[in-house]
Amino acid sequence: MTDQPTWNLLYDLQLLVHFHFMQNALVVGTLVAVLAGAAGYFVVLRGQSFAAHMLSQVGFPGAAAGVLLHVSPVLGLITFCVIAALGIGSFGSRLEAGHRAESAAVGSILAFSLGLGLLFFRLYAGTAQGVYAFLFGTILGISDRDVAVSLVTTLVALAALAVIARPLIFASVDPDVAEARGVQVRALSVGFLLVLALAIAVTVQIVGTLLVFALLVAPGASALQLTARPMPGLALSIAFSLCFTWFGLAIAYFTIYPIGFFITTFAFASYALIRVAKALLTPRPSRRGWTPIRLGDST
Amino acid sequence: MVRTPGRRVSRESPLTDVASLAARPAVALERAGISLGGNFVWRDVNLSVTTGEFVAILGPNGAGKSTLLKALLGVLPLTEGRISVFGRPVTRGNDEIGYLPQRRRFDPDLRIRAADLVRLGLDGARWGLPLPSWVGIGARSTDSRVSSVIELVGAQDYAGRAIGELSGGEQQRILIAQALVSGARMLLLDEPLDSLDLSNQQAISSLIQQICRERGVTVLLVAHDVNPLLPFLDRVVYVAGGHVLSGRPEDVINTETLTRLYGAPVEVLSTSDGRIVVVGQQEPVSYHAHQDHHL
Repeated sequence: MTDQPTWNLLYDLQLLVHFHFMQNALVVGTLVAVLAGAAGYFVVLRGQSFAAHMLSQVGFPGAAAGVLLHVSPVLGLITFCVIAALGIGSFGSRLEAGHRAESAAVGSILAFSLGLGLLFFRLYAGTAQGVYAFLFGTILGISDRDVAVSLVTTLVALAALAVIARPLIFASVDPDVAEARGVQVRALSVGFLLVLALAIAVTVQIVGTLLVFALLVAPGASALQLTARPMPGLALSIAFSLCFTWFGLAIAYFTIYPIGFFITTFAFASYALIRVAKALLTPRPSRRGWTPIRLGDST
Repeated sequence: MVRTPGRRVSRESPLTDVASLAARPAVALERAGISLGGNFVWRDVNLSVTTGEFVAILGPNGAGKSTLLKALLGVLPLTEGRISVFGRPVTRGNDEIGYLPQRRRFDPDLRIRAADLVRLGLDGARWGLPLPSWVGIGARSTDSRVSSVIELVGAQDYAGRAIGELSGGEQQRILIAQALVSGARMLLLDEPLDSLDLSNQQAISSLIQQICRERGVTVLLVAHDVNPLLPFLDRVVYVAGGHVLSGRPEDVINTETLTRLYGAPVEVLSTSDGRIVVVGQQEPVSYHAHQDHHL
């Protein structure tokens, strides 16, 4: 078997799943894509990109600690991300929204967090390759144990998200009314941060700490451009995320270039294309004009 | 942890006959008071609102108008006294109350359809996925209730668009539909006319009065300016100086009564076109037909 792609797609697919490391990458990639796509829809709807950014950076020393202590890096990621999520949750909405005083404090903490991760890797006498993988993602070196941990994490996070989805949407778009209707807005916010922490912990394996937005923000942002209906939006976000990941994995396998580049490129290109297409297809000035004037609506 | 909002969606339509309720007061406060941070916002408040009345809550900024609504919603507990809605103690998440909070406009980039926002007013507190109407049990009746309130407020032409794209008046209609959709017999509206132009203020006031008259819905509306509401109102509740007064507009908004309430000289003037202007020496309270938004 050569490892060059041909025009025979079936043969290419057989090549893709031939090696064990690639099977692991595909399984984890698929899990990651579904979870990140689903969580990402809410990240964009809630305007919580900043919180996602914080969590992913805090995950880096977590992964390094996991390697250093000879447990799975995914477990280290989960531990650090969950602690960070609880921390952000206890500070409340001002932090999530990235207000001034908090954002300055958070900036210092995030820099320290990356530095700490660097130290952990050095202590492990790890290679630059290990650091590189956790910053920018890789398709190599996902162990069977990582697959198992990712599977459990993804199922738990998706189940939690499915349960809280409707009140979470309510609390995201209309918090005051949601609270008056009996929705526990604060508790839901912390609950979602925990789901987000789990999503980031598994996503970092494929795209790394620095590129996590490609799967956590871009699919949701693209989906929300296309529809304002909740369920189709959620489904589209997952579909985008799956496409980016699968194509990214396939192309990264057949080339010498890193997967992070391909996934971010697809993510950016899709979002940019949708924005441009929308701008071209929307006849701006006449849009208001279509609304018929009714009696009592205006003079 | 997260409390289960285990509420069934009431099966009654929002258009239920309310004659049986007419005997009970919709709202009753007895010697009620709320203190926030150690100071009483208002106390010794006795207030009764009859079912089906259209009441405006007026008063200077910070007097506790929104606090009164939050007390009725059960979001802010009373410090002293008693409060009841339709003869029962207040509870959070009461399907009988539709609430429209004081707010700025929706973010123009908020990507959720107006119709979905209305629907959340009905089932948004329930756990689970927001499945589309062709899946799930009881979805058809949910659907028809959502479309009937959207029709009631005259929003059917733009209910399919994202809420952020709509104009201020369109957003207010959608929000009124959202407040009504759970089968509410009472609407608590916090400054719904704010940031609307004059013609929309009149159109929304008239719509609220129509809902009040035709559906027997009790309406408590917090307003900055009473003038666009005057032709439609039954009663005003005036909150000032830690006290609350209620009565017909002409009985409350006059120089003697308001001077007593404020404990400071206040003058009420009538313009030639029938508008009311309140001039206070200490409080910058004034009613103008074309008032800008004050915080």
